[in-house]
Amino acid sequence: MSASVLFDTPGPRTRRRSRIASVIVVLLIAAGLAWVIYTLAQPRDSSGITLPGYFDWSRWDIFVLAELWVRVGEGLLATLQAAAVAAAMALVVGVLFAMLRTSTFAIVRIPTTIVLEFFRGMPVLLMMLFILLVASTGAFWAVVLALGVYNGAIIGESLRAGLAALPRGQREAGLSLGLTRFQSKAFIEFPQAFRQMLPVIIAQLVVLLKDTSLGYIVGYNELIRTTMNNLGSSVGNRYLFSLFLVTLVIYLAVNLSVSAIARRLARRRSPGKLLPKDQITPTASISAIGLPNGNPEDRTTE
Amino acid sequence: MNAVIENLPRFIEAFGMTLWLLVLSGACALIIGTVIAAMRISPVPSLSAFASVYTELLRNTPLTLVLFFCAFVLPQLGSRLPYEWAAFIGLTLYTSPFVAEALRSGINGVAVGQAEAARSLGLGFMQSTTLVIFPQAFRMVIPPLINVLIALTKNTSVAGGFFVFELFSAAKELANANGNAVIAILLAVAAFYLVVTIPLGIVSAHLEKKLAVQR
Repeated sequence: MSASVLFDTPGPRTRRRSRIASVIVVLLIAAGLAWVIYTLAQPRDSSGITLPGYFDWSRWDIFVLAELWVRVGEGLLATLQAAAVAAAMALVVGVLFAMLRTSTFAIVRIPTTIVLEFFRGMPVLLMMLFILLVASTGAFWAVVLALGVYNGAIIGESLRAGLAALPRGQREAGLSLGLTRFQSKAFIEFPQAFRQMLPVIIAQLVVLLKDTSLGYIVGYNELIRTTMNNLGSSVGNRYLFSLFLVTLVIYLAVNLSVSAIARRLARRRSPGKLLPKDQITPTASISAIGLPNGNPEDRTTE
Repeated sequence: MNAVIENLPRFIEAFGMTLWLLVLSGACALIIGTVIAAMRISPVPSLSAFASVYTELLRNTPLTLVLFFCAFVLPQLGSRLPYEWAAFIGLTLYTSPFVAEALRSGINGVAVGQAEAARSLGLGFMQSTTLVIFPQAFRMVIPPLINVLIALTKNTSVAGGFFVFELFSAAKELANANGNAVIAILLAVAAFYLVVTIPLGIVSAHLEKKLAVQR
């Protein structure tokens, strides 16, 4: 069966050609990898001393120490801690922003819009520096507050989009039942918008988790700082590459599993309006009502 | 305020570096991202597998780690690049999968009937993509692409943590040097970022609205 409408189920000749192309690509990638591995395995001179290649045991022997893994674990814990507190804060701030931004009073709405644009337009890193220098809160709270406010602004915007995408009848029904505007928004419209935007919000929380790594720059001892700076300086430069690979693998494992959970959740909640089979290219993406296209991660800001 | 005016040349210099990073890595990420997106939808399975592995790996690695690799690990492997070019490589690598995903979601946004109609008229893969799908996808893709560029603008600040003198490092340096004008300096730096991001955001929102009406 053809996976895409863009091309037919391949016949024997196309299949052969495609197979040849595949073999060439695989060979090219394998050659590239072989070159990288060969280069890494070469011994190298570093200021007069010859160090063995990167696959030599002396590059990796620190990883049998349990104490090292305890410290890596502490770094990972610090990352997850900052992410969890910031995520809770981002949700609260996001709901608040969405409410204020859709207020009927211009005196509330316009200042909120300006503040929102300000927060969305400037780098999180600058915000962390701002909090660190002006409020002198310490690195942890600088990371958490900046991430909470920045991602809160983004979540607020997506909630507002969710509110705007609701059928108008929902609000009209609420008002005609005698609810006030606020009651209708809080009890009728908002819960629906929140459910619809859940995939986008969760994808944004994954971005938040990734962004805790900015703590490396402002001096919060999260995973990268723990492994690369603290451990790196105590075990020596020769382990830099090994430590980097371990950090990369930990990050990939955490992020890929959180993304997978987010995707599962999104698929379960997807109302089935735009199933992947209605898309031109086959994807694992999911969609929510009111979004032009499938993958919730496409709507996030890195 | 005086501290800001006195140090204006330093700000301009830093802003120039931020723009240099933005334009150069933006352009290269667009090129690489387009190639990756094309590989992703191509009929050759190994190409699309490679593209999706590339996308998943880079999208799930924090930018800090990518830049760390370019600034500290690459020199260990024998690279002699100055930090500016290391940051450029890191930002390009990190942004390219986001470009690819924006392009792909634009392609998916074209109604499936368009592709079916093109195919049933007897157009081949190349013809239906270049003549029917891409011209429509291109317009849908511009707002998300602009959003990727806005994110890149903000991401250039991370390069400031890796020995590149751009706006973020300027903020740090000048705030340390002028302890009595920290808030003014930080707001001035924020203003430089906003000068780039807000107009881009307005253009993107405007185009999105316009295209939404047309469809």
